[in-house]
Amino acid sequence: MAKVLVVTSGKGGVGKTTSTAALGGALAQSGEKVVVIDFDVGLRNLDLVMGAERRVVFDLINVVQGDAKLNQALIRDKRIENLSLLPASQTRDKDALTEEGVARVLADLKQKFDWIICDSPAGIERGATLAMRHADVAVVVTNPEVSSVRDSDRIIGLLDSKTEKAENGERVEKHLLLTRYDPVRAERGEMLKVDDVLEILSIPLLGIIPESEEVLRASNVGSPVTLNNPGSAPGRAYFDAARRLKGESVEMTIPSDKKGLLGKLFGRRAA
Amino acid sequence: MTIAVRTRPSLRFRGKSFLALVLAPEVPLRDWLEDLDEVAKRSPGFFSGRPIIADVSALKPSKSELKFFLAALKMRDIRIIGLEGAAAAVLDADMPATVNGGRQAGDIDFPDLDAVALPATPAPPPAPVTALLVEGSVRSGQSIIHTEGDVTILGSVASGAEIVAGGSIHIYGALRGRAIAGCTGQSSARIFCRKFEAELIAIDGLYKTADDLGPKFHGQPIQVNLDGDSIILTTLD
Repeated sequence: MAKVLVVTSGKGGVGKTTSTAALGGALAQSGEKVVVIDFDVGLRNLDLVMGAERRVVFDLINVVQGDAKLNQALIRDKRIENLSLLPASQTRDKDALTEEGVARVLADLKQKFDWIICDSPAGIERGATLAMRHADVAVVVTNPEVSSVRDSDRIIGLLDSKTEKAENGERVEKHLLLTRYDPVRAERGEMLKVDDVLEILSIPLLGIIPESEEVLRASNVGSPVTLNNPGSAPGRAYFDAARRLKGESVEMTIPSDKKGLLGKLFGRRAA
Repeated sequence: MTIAVRTRPSLRFRGKSFLALVLAPEVPLRDWLEDLDEVAKRSPGFFSGRPIIADVSALKPSKSELKFFLAALKMRDIRIIGLEGAAAAVLDADMPATVNGGRQAGDIDFPDLDAVALPATPAPPPAPVTALLVEGSVRSGQSIIHTEGDVTILGSVASGAEIVAGGSIHIYGALRGRAIAGCTGQSSARIFCRKFEAELIAIDGLYKTADDLGPKFHGQPIQVNLDGDSIILTTLD
């Protein structure tokens, strides 16, 4: 049974697109058939993070409006064959999305894939509400910071009221993904601690992604961090999160890139 | 332990509910206006001096259609005090304010031919006092408005959320948003919460922001009541 997952946050810049790509990469490597969809019409980014920007011909809007077939718009990843991307249009705006069109595209994708991961735009307007509209599962991406937490709270409220499931009296399964977490700074009181965020948002924790330069490095080479460097701290954290999404129980840890003694001694290559 | 929070002359916002006549035009508008004229002819003065709200949700008017409709009513000496169901995009600053969240009060019978200008509609009998129970938390951006009585929240009230109650407010989790109790003029209303981190509290229109209250009660279980014109906070333990 295919699952529609929305990656959302309310606030911009917290790591929705990075997390969409990383979770997509992790789920695909575990053998699931995955498609990632960019709902950020007009400000698309997922194609860059997936390294597919030079292969975009048709996009979500073309499919929604019936100008292109789904198969023409889907871009298959070059590294993992069971990972595909449905890009957004950069030239149109979010009003070009229609509710019926999105519903039709998602229904078609459900026939082909196990996981449909929708990368929501920031905000609570049309693009964001349509991205979450048909979701079965929501991953709420939050930074350990007050404005991000409040925006996430707002989004959780919308997930409980404006989605198809909510309107049918069911509940969207919600998970918190805490990104850009730095345990040392949290301990010093410079950012919110995991428990503070959980207390305010009161939804189950899917994973804690440590702040790491690996994330930016992966984005810049156009590869999800789970493909670019699966052994890195954020890579391992995303793999754990993906396993939890599949229902496995994995102990919650905050992976770190800290080197051991030998690593410290020999971490720098000889000049 | 009880302290009176410093008072100063403050603005008071009070809620009051009135009964308004709602006109709900139907399409085609021309036919509906003819029917309206027929009623006005049978009972002249029926609309004069009454607060009237236009519910245009069936009409879904564009800006120009709405302007035409309002002008047509003005020509008939019907004063519109509020618009219901109009899209924000079609509204102008000089149009009546939008209203929503009205409660049905049944159809109003048109007077007979011989009746001239009814006295203003009598106020509805006071609604029975009812409590509202919210299981779970109130998220940021949500607003619970219950002017008929007490509100009880089993979870927390998030930062940016708002509870407005005619009576008292009971919060079993943390209060991080706004709690506005006694909004219909009930000065005996109180606010209770298990963890006080509120942005704003108000009772009977008298309000204090977090800044006015200082850090003294932050994170404590407290109750808030009104003593004259002072908001009093008391720890519950």
